[in-house]
Amino acid sequence: MSQPIAFLPPRADVLSQRERIIADLGRLLPDGGLVHEARELVPFETDAYVAYRQLPLAVALPRTTQEVSAVLDYCNRNGVPVVPRGAGTSLCGGAIPQPDAVVLGLSRMSAILEVDLENRVARVQAGVTNLSISETVGPEGFFYAPDPSSQLACTIGGNIGMNSGGAHCLKYGVTTNNLLGVTMVLMDGTIITLGGSHLDSAGYDLLGLVCGSEGQLGVVTEATVRILAKAEGARPVLFGFATSHEAGACVADVIGAGIIPVAIEFMDKQAIEICEAFAKAGYPLHVGALLIIEVEGSEAEMEAMLAAIVAIARRHGVMTVRESQSATEAALIWKGRKSAFGATGRIADYICMDGTVPLGKLSHVLQRTEEICTGLGLRVANVFHAGDGNMHPLILFDANDPAEAAKAEAAGNEILKVCVEAGGCLTGEHGVGIEKRDLMRFQFSQADLDQQMAVRYAFDAGWLLNPSKVFPLEGRPAA
Amino acid sequence: MTDHYRPQSEDEARDVIRQALETGMALSVIGGNTRSGLGNCVAADAELCSTGLCGVVDYEPGEMVMTARTGTPLFEIEAALSANNQMLAFEPVDHRGMMGTQGEPTIGGVFLSNASGPRRLSAGAARDSLLGLRFVNGRGEAIRAGGRVMKNVTGLDLVKLLAGSHGTLGFVTEVTFRVLPRPETQATIVLYGFDDATATNAMAAAMAQPADVSGAAHIPRASAASLSGVLGEDTAITALRLEGLSASVAVRATSLAARLSAFAPTVTVDAAESARLWRAIRDVAPFQTFQDRPLWRVSVAPTAGHRLVAALRQKAEADALYDWQGGLVWLQMNGEPQADVLRRTIAAIGGGHATLMRASAAQRVAISAFEPQPVAIAALSARIKAKLDPAEIFSPGRMAPDIRKTMQIAGMRG
Repeated sequence: MSQPIAFLPPRADVLSQRERIIADLGRLLPDGGLVHEARELVPFETDAYVAYRQLPLAVALPRTTQEVSAVLDYCNRNGVPVVPRGAGTSLCGGAIPQPDAVVLGLSRMSAILEVDLENRVARVQAGVTNLSISETVGPEGFFYAPDPSSQLACTIGGNIGMNSGGAHCLKYGVTTNNLLGVTMVLMDGTIITLGGSHLDSAGYDLLGLVCGSEGQLGVVTEATVRILAKAEGARPVLFGFATSHEAGACVADVIGAGIIPVAIEFMDKQAIEICEAFAKAGYPLHVGALLIIEVEGSEAEMEAMLAAIVAIARRHGVMTVRESQSATEAALIWKGRKSAFGATGRIADYICMDGTVPLGKLSHVLQRTEEICTGLGLRVANVFHAGDGNMHPLILFDANDPAEAAKAEAAGNEILKVCVEAGGCLTGEHGVGIEKRDLMRFQFSQADLDQQMAVRYAFDAGWLLNPSKVFPLEGRPAA
Repeated sequence: MTDHYRPQSEDEARDVIRQALETGMALSVIGGNTRSGLGNCVAADAELCSTGLCGVVDYEPGEMVMTARTGTPLFEIEAALSANNQMLAFEPVDHRGMMGTQGEPTIGGVFLSNASGPRRLSAGAARDSLLGLRFVNGRGEAIRAGGRVMKNVTGLDLVKLLAGSHGTLGFVTEVTFRVLPRPETQATIVLYGFDDATATNAMAAAMAQPADVSGAAHIPRASAASLSGVLGEDTAITALRLEGLSASVAVRATSLAARLSAFAPTVTVDAAESARLWRAIRDVAPFQTFQDRPLWRVSVAPTAGHRLVAALRQKAEADALYDWQGGLVWLQMNGEPQADVLRRTIAAIGGGHATLMRASAAQRVAISAFEPQPVAIAALSARIKAKLDPAEIFSPGRMAPDIRKTMQIAGMRG
C-alpha cells in the first residue's frame, strides 16, 4: 500500500468554530485543564506509531469523571470528534489525533483509589500506569498480571482500550481476563459502571465488549482489576537453537505436551544481536534462534517443569541451555527482551507487526516472513510471544527513503495476509488503530464488519469517538 | 408453542430466521434444554433448536483449540478432550440436578449461559475460554466473530457479548474455544467446623499464598449434612483445591496446610475424593433435593458473601453454599424467594447481582430472573439488542422482561 493512510476529512463546521469550542471547553475545565496553544499541542500530535502526526484542535486534561462527562456531552452536542489518550504509547496509531478533534487525555487521573487484598482487587483511575499497580501491591506479595513491554509508561485506560497483553499472558491471560469492572462515560456524557469486585456481571457482557474497543465506545475513567498472589519463585531460562525452525517446533511440542510455562519468548538472530548490544543480557550470540522460557513456583516445581522442557528441547537439537543464576541475571534477561523495540529503534527505523497464528504454523509463517522481507531487500528481526503464537516481526527500513518506507509497509501488509491465511489474525495485542484499519477486510467479511459497526452505533450514533480508527473509512453504514 | 425448528446447517438456520423475520414469528432459542428455566419466561411462537448442528469440526490438541457445532452434546466434547488428556478449563456447571431438568447439555448452551464452575477463580470463566464463534443475526445474516488464536484484538469483541447472552442476540451455530491440559493430579485441603466468617478469612488467606489454589469453597453445616457420600462429616467444610504435577501438588499442599494451621487442623483428601467433592460443589449437590425451594445464584465480592447471608437471615430463612472464595453464593430459600429483600441487601453490602435459578411458575412470572439493571445500562443493552436482533426474533423477554419499556427510554435519549 503506497498511499499514506487517510484520516476522515476534518469537519469544516468544527474547524470554523475553533475559538468558540476552546472557550467553551476552557470553562468546563478550570485549572489549566485545556491545552490549545500550538506549541503545547505538539506532544499530542502522534503516539508510538510515529509515521503519522497531526495537531489536534485542543487537548482536554480532565481531573474527574464528571469533567470527562462534561467534555463528552459538550462535544456530542456540538459534533466535535474526540480522541481518547492514555500515555500515547499505542503502536498502531490508536491515539493519533486529527485537526478537528479534541484529545481527551487521562494523565491527570492517575490515583490508585483502593487496594483490597482480601478480595484481591485494586480500583484505580484510568491514567495510572500499568507498572505502578504491581509496584503498589508488590510488597504485600501480589501483582497485576498483564505486562506489556511499555508497562513503565502505558496506562490502564490505554490497556483496556487495546486489551493489552504482554509476555506473561500465556499463563495469566490478557487485560480482558484480569478486568472486573469499569466506570466509563458514554459519548453523550452518561456515566455508567460495569461490573465491580465480583467475578461476573449481570446482563450482557458489556465489560468484555468495551475491553479492546480502542476508544470507539466510550471513555473509561476508573477500573477494578484483579491482582494475584506472586509465585514463590520465577526463573527465566535461555534455550539456544541453530535455526528458527527448530525453536518454533520446540515451542509447539512444549505446549502440545501439556506444559504451560508462564512465558515463552522467541528471538531470532537479528533480534538477539540487537538486544544483546543494548542490554548486555548475556544472550548467546552463536545461535540462530533463542527461546526465553520462564517457569515459576517452588524450587521443586520449577525443577520438575524445567526437566520436562529440557528433554523436549534436546529432541529439537538445543545448542545451549542456560538458567539465570541470580535475580539480577533474571532481571537482565527480561530487560533485554522488553527493550527489544527500543533497541531496534536505535539502529534503524522499523515497523512492528502483531499478527497471531496457530502454533503449528509458527515455523511456516516465520519462513514466509523472511522470504517476503528479503524479497523486497529489507531486513527483519523477530522477537515475540511464541507460546501464544503472537508474532512481532520488526521490519527495518530508512524513513528518509520514501521508496524503502513504502516497501516496508507493503511487506508488513503481506505478512499480515500470511497470518490471516494461516488461520490467525491481524493483531494480537497492539490493536487496529489506523495502522491495520484498511486491512480489516483481509480478516472479516463486509457483513462481519457491518455487525461490529452496528453495535458501535449503539454507543456513539454520531460516530464522534476516535472516528478515523479501526473500521475502513469506505463502506461505513449510515446511522 | 407448537412449531419446532431443528436446522441441520447454518444455511437452514438462516432460512428459518428469514422466514421468522418475514412472518413476524418469535423464536425461543434452545439447545439441550437443560437450562430452560434460566432467565425470564419467553413469549415465542416456535422453538429454534441447535441440536441438529452437531459434531466437532476441528480439534488441534497441540494448539489447545477446538471448534464444534453448538448443538454438540457436552459429553462428546469432554470425551474427545479426555482422550487427549485435556479439559475445559472453566469446569462447566451441570444445571440438571439443581434445576430438575432432563436431557443432554450442549457446548453452545454452556457458552451462552457462561456456565463457569469452581475453577473460574483461577482459570477464568467460560467467556474467557471462548475464542470465536459463528452466528446468524436477526436479519438472517451469517456473522463470524473472533477467531481461533489465543490473542486477538482485531475489531470489537462480539464473542464476549454473545457469550452469556442466553440466545437473545443471535443463533450461534459454531464455537471455537481454548482447552487446557488436564492436571496430573489434585488434592484438597479441608478445614472442618468453621462458621462462614472464619471460613471467608481462611479462604482469603489461602488465596494470598503462592499456592495456585484452583478452588476455594465453604459448605456450612446445614448444607454439608445433605452431601451424602462426600466426606460424610456432620460439620461445615471449607475446601481448598490444588492441581498440577504430583510433586508440585504435594509440596504446595504441605506449605498451604502449614499456613492454614493458624486457623485449625487440616486434612488433605486424595485425588478421587477431591474430584467427587468439587463435582458436588460445582453442581450445587446440597440444593438438589428440595426442588420446591427457590434457589438463587448470587455474585458478590468474595468477602461480602457471608455478610450478605448474615444480613439476609435477619429477614428470611435461607441455606447457603459458597464457591469462588466466598463470592459465589448459592442460596436456597426456605419459603418465598424474597427477591426484593435479597437485592436490597446485595446493594447494601457493596453490590453484585442475583439470578433466580429455580422457583415456581407463578414466582418466575412475578420476579425478574436477572438483576434489574440501572436505566442507562438497560437502555444501552436494549440498543445493542436492536442492532443484532432488530425484530426481536430471538427469545424475547428472556434477559429483559421490560425491553419495550427500556426501548422507549432509549428512544427518549436519542
